[in-house]
Amino acid sequence: MKRVQFSSPTLPYLLLAPQLAVIFVFFYWPSVQAVQSSFYIEDPFGFGSTFVGFANYSDAIFSSQYLKIAEFTTVFTALVTFFALSIGLLLAIKADAVIRGASAYKTLLISVYAIAPPVAGLIGMMFFDQHIGPFVKIAGYLGWDMKVGLNYFDTAFAMVFVSVWKQIPYNFIFFLSGLQGIPVSVREAALIDCRNGLKRFFTVILPLLAPTAFFLLVINVTYSLFDTFAVIDVMVKDKAANNPITLVYKVYLDGFRGNDIGGSSAQSVILMIVVFVLTILQFRFIERRVHYN
Amino acid sequence: MYKTKPLDHLILILGCLLMVTPVVVAFMTSTHEAAEIHSKGLMLSWGNHFEETYTSALTKKGGFTGEVTGARMLLNSFILGIGFALGKIVLSMLAAYAIVYFRFRFATLSFWVIFTTLLLPLEVRIVPSYQVMSNLHLLNSYTGLIVPLLASATGTFYFRQFFMSVPDELLEAARIDGAGPFRFFIDILLPISRTMIAAIFIIMFVYGWNQYLWPMLMTTDEGFYTLMRGIKSILQVWIGSQIPDYNEAFALAVLAVLPPVMLVVIFQRWFIKGLTESDK
Repeated sequence: MKRVQFSSPTLPYLLLAPQLAVIFVFFYWPSVQAVQSSFYIEDPFGFGSTFVGFANYSDAIFSSQYLKIAEFTTVFTALVTFFALSIGLLLAIKADAVIRGASAYKTLLISVYAIAPPVAGLIGMMFFDQHIGPFVKIAGYLGWDMKVGLNYFDTAFAMVFVSVWKQIPYNFIFFLSGLQGIPVSVREAALIDCRNGLKRFFTVILPLLAPTAFFLLVINVTYSLFDTFAVIDVMVKDKAANNPITLVYKVYLDGFRGNDIGGSSAQSVILMIVVFVLTILQFRFIERRVHYN
Repeated sequence: MYKTKPLDHLILILGCLLMVTPVVVAFMTSTHEAAEIHSKGLMLSWGNHFEETYTSALTKKGGFTGEVTGARMLLNSFILGIGFALGKIVLSMLAAYAIVYFRFRFATLSFWVIFTTLLLPLEVRIVPSYQVMSNLHLLNSYTGLIVPLLASATGTFYFRQFFMSVPDELLEAARIDGAGPFRFFIDILLPISRTMIAAIFIIMFVYGWNQYLWPMLMTTDEGFYTLMRGIKSILQVWIGSQIPDYNEAFALAVLAVLPPVMLVVIFQRWFIKGLTESDK
């Protein structure tokens, strides 16, 4: 906090009022409603609702379909996070090392940051299209009969591919700025002490980069869980039939396609708890990072 | 110092190809005719149908009601992007100013009330949010499209961090010279925040422009469709048609990508600074 501050009986409240109003109406109210309706079963035709306690939760958690989707979500999140982080890091290290053409590489790699997930999904769909998709043809040459949208595994592959592609620029930006924050003197000292580039990376650079990496880990997990919604929606086109979907997509399907408000809300609350835990991890880490600097 | 190896350049070139090729292919393919794309696949060459495809993508009336054009969706996307970015900057600057520069009783409480919103993304509370919007009769309106998205603390968090880094001496000096809260905000804080505001504008514009789930739920009236929503309806029309309009789908994708990408590339330095510095 600041050493000197204004004091005024009304002004700070006036300044805060617009933000607080928006937050109460569009954040707290819906969140409370989600918790509330997770304990009820709503009549699909709108004639009242019945209190059912934790039935919606147990229905969700113990259904084999939900567990299968949870399992896919976990694998999906792990794969997207791993590949997006490692490719982003690799490119950042190389972009940090080269001198000639550095800014051109940087611009090209960053440019894709602004592409929206649904557009990434659309372009991805074209590349994995049965008729015109080059990836399907390449896979064909290798003896892989790829059927994205029909085959569970193939669709999952395409989803992971597109989601990773979309997220690389973000990780690249943060890793690069993290690398450029490492003082030249530290690098030179490391260079004198150790000739082996790989060993130098793992013993000097990576530990210094750990705060950035941990921050990105949380961001990437959140991205895989929530922001990939559009990619999945574009790829499965509302027909979840035999296609892999994530937990967030199921919340949407049950709530808007299945009209199961109670079940969908219970799933929302479960996800809220997951995000809550993730964010607490992140906050704890931010504290640690301050010590680091 | 470290000597660059050819391998470094090779990896970077492969990385750039991986990132940029799909977009280039999307653009090149959009300049061909649908039948040609259908028979030959995706293109890397220029197709000479640029004008036709893009005129048609922008002006052809589509959708179920046959009312919405690509130009209309482009306009709506701009309204959403700019409206969201401006709204976010105004709301969050005022709130951050109050939190950092004023001593008042509920300061800590307000801080936590605002920052709790960072915990839950919109995606986990879509169903109740939709119900609230429908109770307030805000479906199919620009207000309904923009205002609920403002209910998160990202902007406030950025500005708070920035204001905290402004030297205390500035306020001390201003107060000695007799400046009140308004004067200090307008004459001192606003001018030194210019770069920060620009950076946040870019980040928020891209965020608003790229919104998908919320516009999809909020807008059933095609007059309010954004480009992202349009992409969804293109794909829905596809199922069943004989030769899909690949070229127009790609044209729409290119239109949806161009404004935010241009913004990020042109203002790269501000954007990166804003993104990486404010997350500390």
